[in-house]
Amino acid sequence: MADAVISASDLRVRYGEREVLHGLTFEIFHGETVVVIGGSGSGKSTLLRTLVGLEKPFSGDVRIKGVDIGRASAREMDDIRKKIGLAFQGGALIGSLPVGENIALPLLEHTSLKPTTIEVMVRIKLEQVGLSGFENYNPAQLSGGMRKRAAFARALAMDPEILFFDEPSAGLDPITAAGIDGLILDLKEAYSMTMVVVTHELASAFLIADRIILLDRGNIIAMGPAQEVRDSQHPRVRQFLDRVADTTQDDDVDHLRMFTEGLR
Amino acid sequence: MQFVAEVGAASERSVAYVGGLAQLFGKSLRLLFLSPLKRSRLLQRAEHQAMAAGVGALPIISLITFFVGVIIALQGAYELQRLGAMQLVASLVSISITRELGPLVTAIVVIGRSGSAFAAEIGTMRVTEELDALETMALDPVAFLVVPKFLAMAVMLPCLAIWSDFMGVLGGCVFGIVSGNFTFGSYVIATRDALVAHDITTGIVKALVFGLVITAVGCQEGFSTGAGAEEVGRSTTSAVVISILLVILIDLVFTILFYLARGTA
Repeated sequence: MADAVISASDLRVRYGEREVLHGLTFEIFHGETVVVIGGSGSGKSTLLRTLVGLEKPFSGDVRIKGVDIGRASAREMDDIRKKIGLAFQGGALIGSLPVGENIALPLLEHTSLKPTTIEVMVRIKLEQVGLSGFENYNPAQLSGGMRKRAAFARALAMDPEILFFDEPSAGLDPITAAGIDGLILDLKEAYSMTMVVVTHELASAFLIADRIILLDRGNIIAMGPAQEVRDSQHPRVRQFLDRVADTTQDDDVDHLRMFTEGLR
Repeated sequence: MQFVAEVGAASERSVAYVGGLAQLFGKSLRLLFLSPLKRSRLLQRAEHQAMAAGVGALPIISLITFFVGVIIALQGAYELQRLGAMQLVASLVSISITRELGPLVTAIVVIGRSGSAFAAEIGTMRVTEELDALETMALDPVAFLVVPKFLAMAVMLPCLAIWSDFMGVLGGCVFGIVSGNFTFGSYVIATRDALVAHDITTGIVKALVFGLVITAVGCQEGFSTGAGAEEVGRSTTSAVVISILLVILIDLVFTILFYLARGTA
């Protein structure tokens, strides 16, 4: 296959003393849609934050288009960031700016396009996500689903090479969630962008993914084409896919350690 | 022993905090000249901030400093009358307002209006991931949010201080006229005779430094906001408390310095 757009090798991330990602190694190639799934606390959000440079790796490295983002200078990092788009879980639209200006923001700051051109581009992006005519609304006036879609539009504003989505359908009703999945599929078809989607919604994961990475407690326990992961016989993978609750602690010593950790 | 250790730890934290403020200011200064963002847009944002923090504060600052002027005149008259030196009211008001109260009252009003607002704005943006969003759009939050605030406050605080000097003197003047010891003309002349340029410039220099400190503390508190709405409230409160403390401390240091400089001159 072609060169990897994103590659991580032995990536470890810590919050203080606590290691959240325990040495992940994977590659993501041009034009594919990779879905990272995992339960709460599996480290999938941390992985996403590390891939866009919001968290620094403790050890190992992450390369985006060949640049090691753990060691990149501020300027190199800015250049990388202009080529990626991230749609945040809650939208993270700038509350003091109307939707249109939120989408125009990266264009106004990073390009020398004329204001009228930018206005046209904003309308195109909003139309793509089904929010035509909402330029002048404040983010607070939009519903959760609309905010997410506005966030997609902003992530698309700079025509990025890589798009990241954080929990695109979390907290939405099934119809809106299906709409969001459809939107991601449309984008995939229209632009053949590289997309990385972090989610815990199995149905949407299998619908949009070319490949799936299944994270469990900071480790990759399954990685491969969607079908392959679906057929995996790994007990934790099966447990996750079949939605079986954690009933027994798999290690008694670990369980006891949980109560005594940090005490002297 | 425990007590000494706690005092030591608290002093260490304070020094680190002030170091953090200096670092934020240094970074902002660097980004002002080497900003990766567009200068015209930066000035637009600074203008917006200047309108909100400076022009928006005019009515309340006018009112407060006018009253402070009247109060100083009244309090001074109380003593000066016994000495039969009512003509000194004008110089008492003009010197205490320009050297001290004008800039200080201005700073305290601005802390309440803008220092708290900076902390709340940036703190909320931290909680709603807007700061992360700015970063992923290659818009450095310091360059995007803090630099315009520093610019606006560095310009607006001295302007507000000059305006509050004027309003304070006007307050004293109104008392002077009402008490029958002055006419408008004689009060203005008495004020002009009492003041030297140095009185006004020391006030302006102080106001400039206050502006920078209020911005640094407000923004720093905003950035250090943890998760949750409660944390935004905490940052806002500490922004106000710490700003007032630092402004008074700096005022003290400046006053000592000016006093010593005057002694040797």
